[in-house]
Amino acid sequence: MLTKLSRIIRSGWINFWRNRWLSGAAISVMSLTIFVTTSLLLVNVLTSALVETLRDKIDVSVYFKLNVSEEEVLEARESLIALNEVQSVEYVSREEALKNFKEKHKENSLLMQSLDELNDNPLEASLNIKAQTASQYEQIVNFLTSSKHQKDIDKINYRQNQTIINRLSSITGAIQRSGVVVSIALALVAILVTFHTIRLAIYSSREEVNVMKLVGASNWFIRGPFVVEGALYGVSAVIIILIIFYPLVWFISPKITTYLPGSDLFYFFKVNFWQIFLIQIAVGVSLGVVSSFVAIRRYLKKA
Amino acid sequence: MIEFKNVSKIYPIDCVALENINLVIQPKEFISLAGPSGAGKSTLLRLLIREELPSEGQIFWQEQDISQMRHKEVPQLRRKIGAIFQDFKLLSNKTAYENIAFAMEAGGRSNKDIEEDVPLILRLVGLSNRAHHFPDQLSGGEKQRVAIGRALAHRPETLMADEPTGNLDLIHTWDIIRLLLKINELGTTVILATHDRDVINNIERRVITLEKGRLIRDEEKGRYIL
Repeated sequence: MLTKLSRIIRSGWINFWRNRWLSGAAISVMSLTIFVTTSLLLVNVLTSALVETLRDKIDVSVYFKLNVSEEEVLEARESLIALNEVQSVEYVSREEALKNFKEKHKENSLLMQSLDELNDNPLEASLNIKAQTASQYEQIVNFLTSSKHQKDIDKINYRQNQTIINRLSSITGAIQRSGVVVSIALALVAILVTFHTIRLAIYSSREEVNVMKLVGASNWFIRGPFVVEGALYGVSAVIIILIIFYPLVWFISPKITTYLPGSDLFYFFKVNFWQIFLIQIAVGVSLGVVSSFVAIRRYLKKA
Repeated sequence: MIEFKNVSKIYPIDCVALENINLVIQPKEFISLAGPSGAGKSTLLRLLIREELPSEGQIFWQEQDISQMRHKEVPQLRRKIGAIFQDFKLLSNKTAYENIAFAMEAGGRSNKDIEEDVPLILRLVGLSNRAHHFPDQLSGGEKQRVAIGRALAHRPETLMADEPTGNLDLIHTWDIIRLLLKINELGTTVILATHDRDVINNIERRVITLEKGRLIRDEEKGRYIL
């Protein structure tokens, strides 16, 4: 059994090496498949980063009337945090608001001057609410306007942000949905091309298969080396793609970061290197093995 | 012993390749299958190694009906009946040595056996100095000798040769025929299908003549008569 296995593997390796030209063709097509799947994986990481950044930009601020005490605002905050839809609620006190305002407009002397002339702090305390998903702001706002805090609230900036929030939420949804569709379509194309390349490679060996049958080789003894060859295509393609990808990602990553602050593709690639490697190996080897297996079947069936 | 009992082979649609063949071949016989192209010689041999199934009748190989054999048993049958062909049917990306070793590996022989036997076989067919050449680098006669060596690798009880000299010149033809006679002397049944009149007339063994799918003559020490 062990001798048989080692013979099959050795034979697969020898065929792989002696048919270098054919192996090269199969490997290059397989490399494209792995390139596409890996790129899709990284693009999906980027879209999630993009969607995340967009989401982070969305929030709703609730401004409380000047006479409302801090305790009451914090109480409102507690009741908001208790909601499932709410991701976080940040409390900005009147003093903090004033500090932020001064920081923001310190270049504007006229504004500063007029602020100084007021003896009192004109700014209201507010709560910045972030929802789990963009579509939930409506509910959260409804909750607030129908609660006992309604009388303390001066204004909610949801109404004025409503259109932009809705648009962002539909854009992020569309990006993710189309990402999935495009990924599946491209992966399918790549897989089909690889499958047919391997089929052609085996078609060119159909005479050999027949000869092996005539000298009394069992089906497994004939099929085995082809399956091993298919796996070798996968492994070689993965190695080639990693050699290309590593410097490529290293080079491209900073450029993407300038467009998409907060994303670091190279870091992601490095941290998840083994996971990516395993996914690629799984895709490459299973594609090679399954294609060979299916392709050789029809030549083994005959008599 | 090999026995054909009322065997017919009809290809769709209505192309009769063999018609009602009855034939017994004893162990250690050397028989020639004579007849023009298309007489059914190859079909008869293909039935024997179950490359084809008969449309009617039975074929017995040592009391076992070949047409009833299960799929899994076919490789074992083919290890007991060595076969050589006009177009050699060598594995083109394996050397002479590897072609012979492949048959033995497929038969599950040990590495030690293979290392010992292949050089012996190569010597028997006179190719010791060509062991590591690929088929492309060998002449027609040498290729056929590799094929014979491969057929002998399983130490078969029967060796069938389908027009083995069809692609060879006169000198190589007699090389191969002498080799087949030697193999027969060593105790292997040989079935030689050929349309080469000189070969058949010179070896003076049992001749079975086929014409249009029918067995028309079966003679000891026969001649090619048509």
